[in-house]
Formats: sequence, C-alpha cells, structure tokens
Amino acid sequence: MMGFRLNIFLLLIAMFSTPVLSDLILARVDRRIDLTSQIVRITSSLKVENAGTDVVSEVLLALPDYQVKNLAFMKAFGSEGKGKAKSSTTSLPFTVVNPEGMPPSLTFYSVSLPKGLSKGESFTLDVFAAFTNSIRPFPEEITQADLQIVLFQDSAYYLSPYEVRVQSLAVTLPSARVESYTKLHNTKHVDSEIKYGPYEKLLPFSYSPIVIHFENDRPFAVAQQLVREIEISHWGNIQVTEHYDIVHRGAQNKGGFSRLDYQVRAHIRGSSSFRHLIARLPPRVRSVYYRDEIGNISTSHLWGDSRKTELEIEPRYPLFGGWKTAFTIGYGLPLKDFLFESGNKRFLNITFGCPIDDVVVDNLIVKVVLPEGSKDISVSVPFDVKQWQEVKYSHLDIAGRPVVVLEKTNIVPEHNVHFQVYYKFNTLSLLREPLMLISGFFFLFIACIVYLHADITISKSSASYLAKLQWDEVQAAMQQFLNIINRCLAVHAKLEASLHDLSRTGDVQSCKAARKAADGLLKELAKELKPLLAYLQSSPQAAQLWPKVEELVAKEREMQEKLMLKHSTVVDSYEKKSGGREIENRIASLQQKLVALRQDVDELLEFLDEI
Amino acid sequence: MGGKTESLNGVKSGSTQTSMGTAQIGLKPDLFNFSLKSLKLKTKQQELLIRVSVLGLIYILAFITRLFSVLRYESMIHEFDPYFNYRTTVFLTEKGFYEFWNWFDSESWYPLGRIIGGTLYPGLMVTAAFIYWVLRFLRFAVHIREVCVLTAPFFASNTTLVAYLFGKEIWDSGAGLVAAALIAICPGYISRSVAGSYDNEGVAIFALLLTFYLFVKAVNTGSLAWALASAFGYFYMVSAWGGYVFIINLIPLYVLVLLITGRYSMRLYVAYNCMYVLGMLLAMQIRFVGFQHVQSGEHMAAMGVFFLMQVFYFLDWVKHLLSDKKLFQAFLRITVTCAIGVGALALGVGMASGYISPWTGRFYSLLDPTYAKDHIPIIASVSEHQPTAWSSFMFDFQILLFLFPAGLYFCFKRLSDATIFVVMYGLTSMYFAGVMVRLILVATPAVCLISAIAVSATIKNLTSLLRTKHKVPHGASAKGTTSAKASSKASLDQSLPFQRNGAIALLLGAFYLLSRYAIHCTWVTSEAYSSPSIVLAARGAHGGRVIFDDYREAYFWLRQNTPSDAKVMSWWDYGYQITAMGNRTVIVDNNTWNNTHIATVGRAMSSYEDEAYEIMRSLDVDYVLVVFGGVSGYSSDDINKFLWMVRIGGGVFPVIKEPDYLVNGEYRVDKGAAPKMLNCLMYKLCYYRFGELMTEYGKPPGYDRARGVEIGNKDVKLQYLEEAFTTSNWIVRIYKVKPPNNRW
Repeated sequence: MMGFRLNIFLLLIAMFSTPVLSDLILARVDRRIDLTSQIVRITSSLKVENAGTDVVSEVLLALPDYQVKNLAFMKAFGSEGKGKAKSSTTSLPFTVVNPEGMPPSLTFYSVSLPKGLSKGESFTLDVFAAFTNSIRPFPEEITQADLQIVLFQDSAYYLSPYEVRVQSLAVTLPSARVESYTKLHNTKHVDSEIKYGPYEKLLPFSYSPIVIHFENDRPFAVAQQLVREIEISHWGNIQVTEHYDIVHRGAQNKGGFSRLDYQVRAHIRGSSSFRHLIARLPPRVRSVYYRDEIGNISTSHLWGDSRKTELEIEPRYPLFGGWKTAFTIGYGLPLKDFLFESGNKRFLNITFGCPIDDVVVDNLIVKVVLPEGSKDISVSVPFDVKQWQEVKYSHLDIAGRPVVVLEKTNIVPEHNVHFQVYYKFNTLSLLREPLMLISGFFFLFIACIVYLHADITISKSSASYLAKLQWDEVQAAMQQFLNIINRCLAVHAKLEASLHDLSRTGDVQSCKAARKAADGLLKELAKELKPLLAYLQSSPQAAQLWPKVEELVAKEREMQEKLMLKHSTVVDSYEKKSGGREIENRIASLQQKLVALRQDVDELLEFLDEI
Repeated sequence: MGGKTESLNGVKSGSTQTSMGTAQIGLKPDLFNFSLKSLKLKTKQQELLIRVSVLGLIYILAFITRLFSVLRYESMIHEFDPYFNYRTTVFLTEKGFYEFWNWFDSESWYPLGRIIGGTLYPGLMVTAAFIYWVLRFLRFAVHIREVCVLTAPFFASNTTLVAYLFGKEIWDSGAGLVAAALIAICPGYISRSVAGSYDNEGVAIFALLLTFYLFVKAVNTGSLAWALASAFGYFYMVSAWGGYVFIINLIPLYVLVLLITGRYSMRLYVAYNCMYVLGMLLAMQIRFVGFQHVQSGEHMAAMGVFFLMQVFYFLDWVKHLLSDKKLFQAFLRITVTCAIGVGALALGVGMASGYISPWTGRFYSLLDPTYAKDHIPIIASVSEHQPTAWSSFMFDFQILLFLFPAGLYFCFKRLSDATIFVVMYGLTSMYFAGVMVRLILVATPAVCLISAIAVSATIKNLTSLLRTKHKVPHGASAKGTTSAKASSKASLDQSLPFQRNGAIALLLGAFYLLSRYAIHCTWVTSEAYSSPSIVLAARGAHGGRVIFDDYREAYFWLRQNTPSDAKVMSWWDYGYQITAMGNRTVIVDNNTWNNTHIATVGRAMSSYEDEAYEIMRSLDVDYVLVVFGGVSGYSSDDINKFLWMVRIGGGVFPVIKEPDYLVNGEYRVDKGAAPKMLNCLMYKLCYYRFGELMTEYGKPPGYDRARGVEIGNKDVKLQYLEEAFTTSNWIVRIYKVKPPNNRW
C-alpha cells in the first residue's frame, strides 16, 4: 500500500520538476536518521550558499505530506561562519508557506535567516525534526515468542527545492539485526548503522525511496490520551494528576498469552512486550500515588535525590502489542519551586509534556486549575496549542476555579519544555475558605444553643406542656432547697471546726463569736427556706417528693438543735474549766445522735439530688 | 402561675450564686480546692456531660475501628455483592433516580438481562447517593467511591446511638451506654460493616434496630407519633434489606405473646395497627417487595395478628357494654370460633387459588436447617449460609455469649413490655444465628442489648454497695470523732463480712472481662474482618508482606483488552466483580435468581470440552474465566467449589452425576481421580500447562499447592479454547473461545 502511494508520489515529483526557486544552492547536506526508538528523529545539517545576485533572507524546506502528518516537532538552528569555527547557534523561526508552482503533495517551511545572505556567502542550517507513527511493524501480528520487526521508509536523497551538491545519509538502528534494506550505490551497512552516499550534484526534488526492515523491540508505548491536571493551592502545594490511556502500538499479539512462557523465559518469550515505564518527576515530589479506575496498583517504585525523582510504574499486566491499559498518577510539588511573582502578577512555570520516557502522546490536554478568584489569566507556550478556559468546582468553591486548558496533538519528549501561566490573585482570598468553615461550625453551634434554649413547643396550653413547665419549676426550687440545706450543713461544719479550735487553743471568745455568726447565718437561711418550702408543699408536681423534703428539713433542724446544745455544753465546760474527759462524757450521747442524723441527712440529700 | 414562678426563679438563682460561693469558702478554706469546686457542675450536668462525651467517643470509636481495612489496604470496595451495589450507586449518581429505577441491565445474565430497578433493595444506593449529593451540595468534592466505602462505618456509628436509646428505653441510660459501647466494637456486627463492605446489611442493621426501638417506644408510650416513626423505620428497612421479613414476623409474634400474657393495652393497639398498616402501604412502594405483604405466606402472620387485634378490641368493647359475665363468655366463644374459622378459610382459599404464595425455600431453610442441603443446593453452596459453628459464636460474641443469659435473667426479673420484646428478639435471633452464619449479624444487636443490661445492672449493684460502704468512714472522719464510734457504726453491716472487698473484686473482674472483650474485638477486626478479599496478602519468605492483586489484574485486563461486547462465562461468584470492574457482560452473577441458567454454566464447566463448547456457543460465550489457586495456595478457588457446580448442574440436568467425579465418594484431583474429573472443562482450564510448572522446591512439576497433591492429568490439550490471559500468580485464568472452524 505504502509502495503504491510512493509511486504516485514519484510520478508527481517527476511531473512537477519545475525550475529552481531561487539561486540558493545546498553545498553540503548531512542527514542522520535515528531509528532507535519508536520516534524517528532526523537531524539535517544544510550548508546554504547563495549562488545568485540577490540577497536572500529565507530558506525553504520541503517535506512530503505523509511525513508532515506525522511531524511532531521541528526546530531549525543557524550557525554562522564556515567550517569548524561555528560561532553561535541560534534558533530560527519558520512558517508554513505555499510558494507558486510547486508540487502539491509537498509542504514547505520557510526558515528566516538571521540576516540576508548576499552573493557567495554561506550559512549552516541545522534542522531537527521528530516524527511519530513512522515506523510500522511488519508483520503486523506476531506471537508472544516472536521478535518485533518493523519497516521504515524515506528517501535516500534529501528532498529539497534547491540543487544539492554533496549529500550523505546515516541511519542508526537499535541493533545490528536487519532483515533487509534498499541497496543503492554507495550503501554500507556497518554494525547498527546504514550509510547512503555521498551523492553528488543532484537536481531539485530528487527522490529515491529506501525501505529498511529491521528488528526493534523497544516498547512502542503510546498514550492515546493524556490529561494532566495541575492544580495550584496557595497553601503551598501544586497537585499534578495525570490520566494516561496507554496502548502498545507495536505488532499485534496473536495466539494468546501464556503466563508460563512469560514467567520462565521472559526475555525471549515476551521481548516485544514491556513491563514498566519510568516517569521522571521533579525533585521534592510528595504523596505520589499510582492507581486506576478500580483501585490502587501496588507495583511501583520511587527513587529520588535532590535533582530528580524517578517513579517506576508497572502496569497491572505486561503490555503486548495492541494491548491497552489506563492509569492515573498523581503527586504534589512544593509551590515555591514552580510559582513565581513578576510585578503584580504571579506565574506558574512548569513543564508541558509527558514525564514518562519514550512515550508518544497522541493527544495531550493540560489543565491548569488556578485558585478561585484568579483574574487576568494569560498563557505563554513556546509552540502552537489549542487553548480555552473552563471552570472547576472543588472543595468549598462557590464561583468555581478558573481552568486554563491547553490541547496539543502528537507530543514527543522534545516537547517537555516549560510554559508559563500568568494570573493575578489576592492573597487575602486564601482565608475565605477557612473562614467559611469556621462560620459554618459557628452557626451550627449557635443553632444548637438556640434549639436548647428556645421553647419550640407548638401548643403552649396542652396539659403535658404545662406539666413539663411545672416540673421544671419544681426542679429549680428543689435545687435551691438542696443548696440551702448544704449551706446549713456548711455552717454546722464551721461550728464543729470552731469547737475543734477551742479544744486546741482554749480561746473561748472566738468560739463564741463563731457561734454568733452561725446563729445569724442559720436564721437567714431559715428565712430563705420558708417560701421555698411553701411552694414545694403547694405544688402538685412535688407531691411525691414532699415527705422526703419534710423529713430532711426536720432532720436538719434536729441536727441543728443538737449541735447548738453540744456547742453550748462544750463552751460552758470550757468556761467552767472542766477536764477534757468530762466534756467528752457529757457530749458523747449528743455526738452519737449527731452522727446518726448526719448519715440520714446525707442519704436524703443524695436521694433528692438524683431526681 | 407562670409569672409567679418566674419571679421566684429569678430571685433564687441570684442568691444561689453568692451563697454557693460563701458556703464553699466556709467548707474548704483551701484555695486550690475552692477553684476546683467552683468549676464543678451540678450533678445532673456532670452526668449529662459524661454521658454525651462517652456517647461521642463511642460514636467515633465505632467509626474508626472499622477503618483497619482502609489503612491496611486502601479505600476500596470489598467482596462480591458490594461491587454490584457500588456499580448501581455510580449509575444512580450519574443518571439520576428515574433512570436507575427503570434500568434494564443487559450486562448481566446474558442473554436474559436483569431489570435492576425491580430486583434490588434500593435503600443502600439511595442512602449513599443522598449522602453524596448532600456533600456535593455543601461543596465537598468527594468521590462516590469514598462515600460508598465509608457508608457502612457511618451507619455503624449511628447504630450505636440507636442502641443507646434502645437500652435507655428498655432498662436505663447506663444500660444504654453499655449497649452502645458493646455494639460499637462487637465483631459480629463489624464483620459486615467495615469500611468498604458496602452491603445492604451495613444500613439494614441500623434500620432494624431503629424500627425495633421506635416500635418499643410506641408500645411504651402509646403515642401515634412514635408508631408512625416506626412505620417509616420499617419502610427504610424494607428498602434496604430482605431481612425485613424478620421484623414483620417478630413484631406480630411479640404482639401475640403480649396478648396471651394478658398485657394487651390500648398503647399496644395503637402502636401495632399504625405501624402495620402504614408500614405495609409504604413497603409496597418498593418494587422488589410489591404486594408480597398481602400475597406471600411469609407475611401472613402479621396480617393474622392484625385481624386478631381487631377482634380483641371488639371483644373488649363488647365486654364493656355487656355487664353479664355469662353472656359475654358465650359471645366470646362464638366470636373466637367465627374469627378463627373465617381466618382459616381465607388462608385456605388464598393458598388453594394461588393468591397467597407458599413459603419460599429460603424461609424454609431458616426454619429447618437441613432443608437447603436436600432441596436447594444453590443456597447450601454459599459458605455464609452454613449452620454456625460454636467457634464462630465464640469468635463473634466472646464474653457476650456468657452475659447474654445473665441479661435474660435480669430481664425476667424486671419484666415489662419492653423487656419482653428484647427477650423475644434475643431468643429468636439467636436461633436464626445458629441456623445460618450470616444471621449472627441480626442477633448481634439483641445480644449486645441484653448483655448490656447484665453488665449495667451488675455494675450498678456493685458500685452502690461500694458507695454506701465508702460513706461510713468518710462521714466519721469528717466529724472528727474517735475511732471507737466509727467502729460502732461499721458494726451495723458486719452481718455480711468482706462485702466491700467482694464488690471490689467483682468490679475488677468485670473490668478485666470487658477489657478482654475490647482487646478481642480489636484483634478480630484487624485480623479477620478487615481483608477486602479481592486483594490477598500473605507473608513472604523474608517476612515482608506480599500482595496478590490477581483479581484486579484480570478484571482490568478484561476491561481494557477485550471487545466491549464480549461475554464472559465464569462461576456465579465472580459475576458482580466482572461486571463492575471488568465492565463486561456475564452469563451468571451473584444475584442467583435463575437456577437453570446457573445450572447451565455448572453443566458446561463439568462437561467434556466438546460438549461444553456446544453449550458455550449457544450462550455466545467469548471468554471463560476460572479462579485457580494451585500456584499460590489459595484455597477458595474453582476446583474446590467444583462439586457445587456439579451438584447444581446435576440438579437441573440429570446427565451430570456427582458420583462420576468422585472416587469412592472422595473428591481428588491427583492420579487417582475419576476419569471424568480429569477431563472435564473446569479441570482442563485450571490445569492447562500447569504440569510444566515447578511450584514448590523439592516437589514434582504440576504440584498443586492448594490441595497438596501432584495433579493427575499433566498433558492438558485444549481444542476449542485458547489461553488468553493468566495473572501473575495464576489465580485468575482467562480463556478465549475460538470461533468455529471453517468447514471447507
């Protein structure tokens, strides 16, 4: 099929062998084609000479259309001067042009020279181009044990609208094993290199097809789709998430897959497959993960030093030709390594392409998710991309985060260059989301407090509601009642303490003063107690509590009396200077009663307290 | 009235503050003590604070103890059924409720398909989707998988709250707290509610306990509102799990017991009628349940009791009208005879005309543990349907098993409507737990509640003993009296010597038992119940952890590298996983609704290759998937399940006979195996090229590590199938069915 197309192509070239475009001559062309991976990399070094009289400032490069559609990357460098004394290399801009009277199946790129080339002057132009999908497996289906053999075709002569004086071509192959290759005159096959030329004095648009059929067991890993999402958080993290759809685009596997063969002789029976991929990540990555739609994939390794991090990922199964897999890797990067400020703008400076080695990406989508509230967004990418904006909603977003989407097809590792996204962002907006959370919780607690304190009963006159109200009141009264009792008991304790002091110091006066204060306090408390008791007695809700309350009051009063009696007895005895033993004997019965009473009171208190 | 008390409160509260302060200063002049004392809350507030914080801690504990699996493995869905639930939930969140309700799934039961909306309990999926939508609405960008993974632990936490309320209702708040704590970590419940175990039971136990709690509350209060709430609880339960049949039979039984024991009351009448009528109407809204409440034999008990209640009420009314006792007796006899006659007649006519369907096999197998083994091999083949071994009771309940009878004793000691309920719940569910392993789950809340009563009542008694003892020396010392008086006080209680020491010892013992329980539960959770079963972990030769992720390897291979309309034949166990993870059509899956279809697959697996090829062609099978543990030593593989395939296949297709695969009633795969066994499809697919592999050092090639024998047929040739994929540890093997040969 390809051969047929080539024939037509040659015919066309023959038909359109038009006169030369300008007076430029390519004095020397050296081409080197690198076929060691699935990407075809062609480096051409052209020595351009002006044979005419006019000053020329543009050089045309021609590429056949079937190559153009696979062209992933092209770059032209110029170096002035002659021979070895190349002064400086500069990257030269080029554009697609459509000159008149040229063969239709060719595309022309016009490279602008840094300065005009006047008569007799020469200039060395280096063109680097990378092509994908140009190496075709043949046979297209192989078994697990077979080696993968591929076809590559190009022209032995440099296709150019100018006359070429001397040219040569060197093709580098991955190994020395070559099935076949087109033999022209001056063809040499040495080790893993095939050399064509030198050929001299060739007319413009000279073309001589060559086909090389060779062994290549390098993985043909192609990401049909890669979505890279770069999310900036000004809290200090850049989260990168990459979704891959990988396919092995080598020769299709036929006749099934035998684990036994693969396990026992993996390097022979399965050489066309690949088991792992290596992603080169920036240094200081953190929280790296590797998973797919159905969960975490546990086969991966991570190494790192201060300059780079290497992530070796192993898909769930080895990939044979035509097999697919899909996975996601994600990692966090320190913000300060990639985000910078220039003037009042911030900009993100991060690589564009795919971090995995030797992977060709059919369609790459890079999404840069900027923080909510970013404005004045602009992007600077060193090559043409499709570009638009989206909105993404993440945690606690209201307006959504602006997303810059860049899309590009046919990506090779050479695209792994930095690009910049400029935007304006107010640092104060950082606090918005924490404040939202805080206020959310704040209102939750407020609502709880309001609920607990507000009366939301619908029917204020229902019996149960009134009963509940009354019960609340009874409880409050009960609480106060218990308080007063407790205070009475505290006064008792004070009196006891004064007695204790008395026995130690013999200071009757202070003891009497304590007695006086206690009397006053107790009287006051009794006064306070009165309305409470009246209320408790009258309230129907407290009916079942009343006997206990009554008992408690009685006991407390009795205790009070006994205590007073004891106090006066002891004080009296002291005044009369009686002996300690005598005092003890006199108050022994009182003391016993007091202890019993105290216990009863405690029990009652506890019982009432539990209600 | 209100105004008066208000002013009273105002005055009092003001004075309380100041006087409290003075009292304390007077009581304890120590400054440090004062500062502590003034911070001290009232007893009631203290109790509330402790209760709320304990409940809060239990709530958190119940959640985090279920996260072992996430920490050990990852946030993933476990086992088999949860994958179906997950897949449907994803569908629900993506397509919306109506699409979900009308979903015809052509990816399962090829070529029959399955009407998803009409054949599942949607409660779980709707719950998870609802949580998901709420979180999304609150702007939490969560993934639906995380929601699904954490649904079960979340509901387990909620269950502890319900257990607390239930315990409070039947006993007191102390028992409620203990019940909440016990159920939070009880392995019987954890086994079905760890993170990732996204199954109906996860929410159903919550719904079950909630329904019971609300019903008991309704019976206790006689309030229409609680009865209504329990009807809605019942509706939620019906929407979540087939186990609702337990509720609809237990509650009538309970009502019947109350009627017989003369505990009939208006409260019961209100609670039951409201709950039954509304619950029934609500349950009919679930398509999978439909009109079963009025048509199926399993639900007839509830209806019978409903009518009985009306008769009772009617009799009560008549008794109220008729003052003559004799007359009433006569009337009673006539009415009861009539009622029973009419009921029996209605039941008979219903049964005979086929309006009321007879009991299903599953129901029979619950009542009679041997029924399934003889009649329905597909039920008997499931490991979780086996009768429970003592060890698993011990494993799942530990000390609760001993506390359960003690709790029953306490319940009988303080018999009330509520305790009768919990006793009946405990006894019936314990019986069912004995019949089927998986029903331990249903028994767990009852066991926890009853055990909590035992624990709480015991500890309460012991501490009250301790407290009274405590006070005597304390009070004496406060009085500053001599030791003689203290001893005279203590002599009052000398009738029971060592009482206090005994109480302390018992308390320590209880504490020891409970802490052993906590340790046991944590150990069981981490060791036994936190494995996702889809990722296997083992200890490697060097002590490191080796992960066997073969299932996902195979499913992902299917997902990526087979045509999107490929049909995969496997034993039904893996059906849900293949559809959920592999995204491919399966012939049979875990929803075992069509026995014939499963038997066809069983027949294909147990036939010779050429016969199997005919069957597979007729089912449009493209790939066959088998699970094989011979290399890794994984024992629950298809070879070990094979006899069930033979039995189920043979149950429908008599050409398959179990004895053909056995040698003297023994199942073997080595040289002495039956010839049919050595050449059936399953054997060939499992052992294809296995004879060339050295599995273990010092053993001949083809040594099966799962069964510990050298296989009998090492030279397996496949004619109609070819190996398409085998996972790295050979656990899953996938074969492609070759297209038929061209005739010319």
